[in-house]
Amino acid sequence: MSIKLSVEHVYKVFGAHPKRALERIQKGQTKDEIFAATGMTVGVSDASFDVAEGEIFVVMGLSGSGKSTLVRMLNRLIEPTAGSIRIDGQDITRMTRKQLIALRRREISMVFQSFALMPHQNVLENTAFGLAVAGVGREQREEKALAALDAVGLKPNAHSFPDELSGGMKQRVGLARALAVDPGILLMDEAFSALDPLIRTEMQDELLRLQSEHARTVVFITHDLDEAMRVGDRIAIMQGGTVVQVGTPEEIVREPANEYVRSFFRGVDVSHVFTAADVARRDQVTVMERPGVSLRAALERLRGHDGSAAVVHDRGGKYQGVVSIDSLIACIDGLGRRDEGRIEDAFIREVEPVSVDTPLTELMTQVAHSPCPVPVVDAHGRYKGTISRATLLHTLDRTDKGAA
Amino acid sequence: MISLYAGIGAFWQSLKEAFVVDLPIGEGFTAVVDFMQTHFDLFFTAIADAISFVADNLTAFFNYLPPQLVFGVLAVLALWRVGWQFALFVLLGLYVVMGMDLWPESMDTLGLVIAATLAALGVGLPLGVAMAKSDLLAALVRPVLDFMQTLPAFVYLIPAVIFFGTGRVPGTIATVIFSMPPAVRMMNLGIRQVPAENVEAGRAFGCNPLQLLFKVELPLALPSIMAGINQTIMLALSMVVIASMIGAGGLGDPVLAGIQQLRLGTGFEGGLGVVILAIILDRLTQSFAQRSRHRTGIGTRIKQLFARGEGVRAD
Ligand SMILES: Nc1ncnc2c1ncn2[C@@H]1O[C@H](COP(=O)(O)OP(=O)(O)O)[C@@H](O)[C@H]1O
Ligand SMILES: [Mg+2]
Repeated sequence: MSIKLSVEHVYKVFGAHPKRALERIQKGQTKDEIFAATGMTVGVSDASFDVAEGEIFVVMGLSGSGKSTLVRMLNRLIEPTAGSIRIDGQDITRMTRKQLIALRRREISMVFQSFALMPHQNVLENTAFGLAVAGVGREQREEKALAALDAVGLKPNAHSFPDELSGGMKQRVGLARALAVDPGILLMDEAFSALDPLIRTEMQDELLRLQSEHARTVVFITHDLDEAMRVGDRIAIMQGGTVVQVGTPEEIVREPANEYVRSFFRGVDVSHVFTAADVARRDQVTVMERPGVSLRAALERLRGHDGSAAVVHDRGGKYQGVVSIDSLIACIDGLGRRDEGRIEDAFIREVEPVSVDTPLTELMTQVAHSPCPVPVVDAHGRYKGTISRATLLHTLDRTDKGAA
Repeated sequence: MISLYAGIGAFWQSLKEAFVVDLPIGEGFTAVVDFMQTHFDLFFTAIADAISFVADNLTAFFNYLPPQLVFGVLAVLALWRVGWQFALFVLLGLYVVMGMDLWPESMDTLGLVIAATLAALGVGLPLGVAMAKSDLLAALVRPVLDFMQTLPAFVYLIPAVIFFGTGRVPGTIATVIFSMPPAVRMMNLGIRQVPAENVEAGRAFGCNPLQLLFKVELPLALPSIMAGINQTIMLALSMVVIASMIGAGGLGDPVLAGIQQLRLGTGFEGGLGVVILAIILDRLTQSFAQRSRHRTGIGTRIKQLFARGEGVRAD
């Protein structure tokens, strides 16, 4: 995938002599030390990351960690002190005022935490705001604004005023206003943080739905881990102005870069972050290739391996079924002396394979009730491993420990 | 005992002689005024001409209007913006003014107030915008505004008389200066109080500075701006009355006559006229200070009027 937005060594210092603060940063002084010595605040320090076309890139961190400052440098509402920010390869920190205004009208739009709607304009006018500023004619901008309102399900409210709407509806207008200009990049600064939990989840779903229809490059700021995990393709974690880790949700949960990152998982249920593929293992059961395995030979191998169950797949690795010592014995007992028997007859019927992308949350009941480890298969039906009760408990326990 | 007092008195006297210098502030001021009069003569004449043109024409215009029309227009405005009770008050108030035989004086005052308000807003509102945009300018102008507002009203008459003599022009000029501070202040305050995120939204969607001002800042500051305009009008009205002391004319004349000749009745009538005019102007301009988009149209107001009437009958 191509890189849409590239942030390289970006700094922001608030204060009278930012360059002096930069020198101190180079010498290795911390944000607190610099503030104590000079009274200047380091908002963002040496941030670097790339955002791919069509991805939702989440920036997460505690309050005051520099998220808002960072996102406002991406459209230069805040001027970076140093570093470069490239959109489609073009460095926006070198743009003139005029170019910058053109960029904001065409390429990059923003959704705000407290909605920032204009109270004197109705929903339609608010939605058309960016287009009006860009000088788009009335008819055309109302058409585009209505289309954007339709996308967020607010077309019937086009002539209401902001103070007649609920919080969730207001933010839908905020979203429609940002979408109406058809931007390449969407910046969302804590866009859902002011909403009730229920409405908030609804808006997250709405964002994901819009994204599935038309994948935009989104930079999404939040201080909430659950939200980050739900909407983020990748997550950057900020601490005291620096980006301490960038990765997929799974990567961050599995290997938190430091104690600060780990602390986010305290008391948070991470079971929906992991999927079957993350916990499946290949060393729990014996694996047999189907051709050339007789029931009796299979039983011998299982006893020899000290195992209780075996997965059977074909030459191409396609999953066939699971047998256990008990199911094999039961089957052999029913055979005549000379009969070889067919291994299919010994398959345990109640064991259903699960797909690699099943979230852990949906696996729990099945794993708990299965007589043997649950096999995992990929999209082509190939065997990938099994999940035993012990693995599952271990995984959950480990993430709990990470939290404690 | 007495010798002690005398001793202190003598001591104070010698102290005063030794340390207190006679400051020639009054003389300095006179010198400055003299200098300005000789060197900026053309400038003052130009101002005087412009002001007298606007003020004369406006007062002439209001006097030219048939009273029935003034009654009608004000009553309809009152009905539309405030309600039927207030429309009734307006009709009654204007009727009383007529009955007191103060119609021409009221129209003179109205014309002067409007002329002075227009001039005060013309200077004050842009100044307020500039103050909101520049902290330095705000820091410089604020103490001047404080000074202007603490000065007693008729102190403004002195320089006006010195530079422009007596009559309608100096009266209007003194009024302009006296009534300007609230417009400046409220404009500055209103723009500064626009929520930061709304300004950010304006900038993020590509507003240039002028678009930001007209599409975001002024509309969101409107209630505060209207409150400033309302205060300016009320101050202008009070100053126009005082300015009759230097011959501005209008409703101040009967009040002044009441004071000077101890004609209690005449003075009271003039005062009542001022109060009626003040209430009408105040309520009307205040109604514009509320966000005006939920306003009910004049048609609905009239319907409500009749619906109310029926309601009363049904009771
Ligand atoms: N305009 C400003 N002037 C001075 N300091 C600021 C300014 N804006 C933000 N800061 C400081 O920069 C740091 C990061 O703030 P911010 O980006 O708002 O954090 P977040 O959005 O993660 O809560 C904080 O310490 C904050 O106090
Ligand atoms: Mg923030």
